[in-house]
Amino acid sequence: MSITVKNISKRFGSFTALSHVSLDVRSGGLLALLGPSGSGKTTLLRIIAGLETADDGVILYEDEEVTHRSARERNVGFVFQHYALFRHMNVFENVAFALRVRGWKQGQVRERVGELLRLVRLEGYEKRRPSQLSGGQRQRVALARALAAQPRVLLLDEPFGALDAKVRQELRKWLRLLHREIHCTTVLVTHDQEEAFEVADRVVVMNHGRIEQVGSPRDVFEQPATAFVRDFVGHVNVFEGRVHSAVG
Amino acid sequence: MQPSLNPARSANNGDPWPVRWGLTLAAIAVLTVLVIVPVVNVFYQAFGRGAAVYWHNLFGDANTRHAVLLTLIVAPSAVLANLVFGVACAWAIARFRFPGRAVLLTLIDLPFSVSPVVAGLMFVLLFGLQGYFGPWLRDHGLKIIFATPGLILTTAFVTLPFVVRELIPVMEAVGPEEDLAAISLGANGWQMFWRVTWPNIRWGVWYGAILCNARAMGEFGAVYVVSGHIAGRTDTMPLRVEKLFQEYNTPGSFAVASVLTFLALATLALKTWLERRERQEIAEALTYPNTRGEE
Repeated sequence: MSITVKNISKRFGSFTALSHVSLDVRSGGLLALLGPSGSGKTTLLRIIAGLETADDGVILYEDEEVTHRSARERNVGFVFQHYALFRHMNVFENVAFALRVRGWKQGQVRERVGELLRLVRLEGYEKRRPSQLSGGQRQRVALARALAAQPRVLLLDEPFGALDAKVRQELRKWLRLLHREIHCTTVLVTHDQEEAFEVADRVVVMNHGRIEQVGSPRDVFEQPATAFVRDFVGHVNVFEGRVHSAVG
Repeated sequence: MQPSLNPARSANNGDPWPVRWGLTLAAIAVLTVLVIVPVVNVFYQAFGRGAAVYWHNLFGDANTRHAVLLTLIVAPSAVLANLVFGVACAWAIARFRFPGRAVLLTLIDLPFSVSPVVAGLMFVLLFGLQGYFGPWLRDHGLKIIFATPGLILTTAFVTLPFVVRELIPVMEAVGPEEDLAAISLGANGWQMFWRVTWPNIRWGVWYGAILCNARAMGEFGAVYVVSGHIAGRTDTMPLRVEKLFQEYNTPGSFAVASVLTFLALATLALKTWLERRERQEIAEALTYPNTRGEE
């Protein structure tokens, strides 16, 4: 399912988080919103999810306007930066939450949760509390929980931000594979250009509440559209020279 | 020298013994004079003439019986009102930034700083016969002042800060993320509250309710003003204690006082139990047998 963002603006007091942002996410794609902190990427993600309301502009899922729909009606899967697992519930109940609030029967819940825990490779962890899991395991529980009710869109807010480098590397690879398997339109927020380039098939570079460039990872890397993108994407040596005289 | 983080250690090698013992004895003396002797004395005076007399003092007198009953109606009603208000108010203050938030925070503390007598008077001036709403209430056959509703109203006012004050730091510590996660997973407001918010704050709520209840049962000043002191109708336990004392019925007065003291001690025990339960729950969550290795 595709997502269309049209002319979205959002202010917090005197701070402009987003100004006239427009964006298309194609169906089944994996898009990364890349930018420094304060660039508005997380706000945009929350507006797409329905956890935040825009001051101005329109959000479409496919051809259906959802701007004023609640997160519940939009049926999105959202993974929070610090997972936000329910601390008093065990892994099973965390994953089952979206099914329970939708009134699924116990048998169906058990089946679906088992399926999801296999998908995120956490069978046997049903009875654990979130506090008894490692960071990578919590991340995978959060993903399973977000996917439980078969959301139309999967939204990830800095999903690997709180993990150490090695686990992060593994999870990125795994997320790519997972995306290939479930084919759910996915938007990922990150401040790490390497992550964006490695995982996503399209990258959106944001700065100060505006979009600087949209393109494939290769485009953004090889042909940065603005000085900011060139600088932010990094690993670029800039040589400045001046021709004093030419011979011949 | 490294600063010691262990208070026991610094106490052991720090001050000379006369200082240590002197301070300890002073603390014990203060505690004895201010707390232990008076509390023990209440029970001593109450039971001084035997259990039979005690029993008769408590339940032989219809007015005393009614006072006990009335307190058992007024205090829980006030606590219930403050529970609902407290949770809603703490929620608003901890979760949202809105104009007037600082004013609301200050207003919540007002009942603590206003003298209870003044609080009672405020309600008399509002709902009493000479008050603004007095004539209207009289015309409609409603009685608030010198009746049970007035007692509940003033008690709720005086004990208003307990639950809110207890809950705001709890809610701020828990944070809004889990609530948001519940919403993003399709929960409606009630589902979010009962399945996610409530389990995270319930210990704080119970704790606030217990403190609130202790204060509500013992409230004297504000209730004194609005009750009108009608024996067998609007006398609560603290008012009854005072009245019996004024009538030179010392054993009767102490008998009622002993019940109040007993309720206070029971409250303390309950509070301690709650704290232990909470700690236990956290410990249990952390010490689940780790049979599988970490990834």
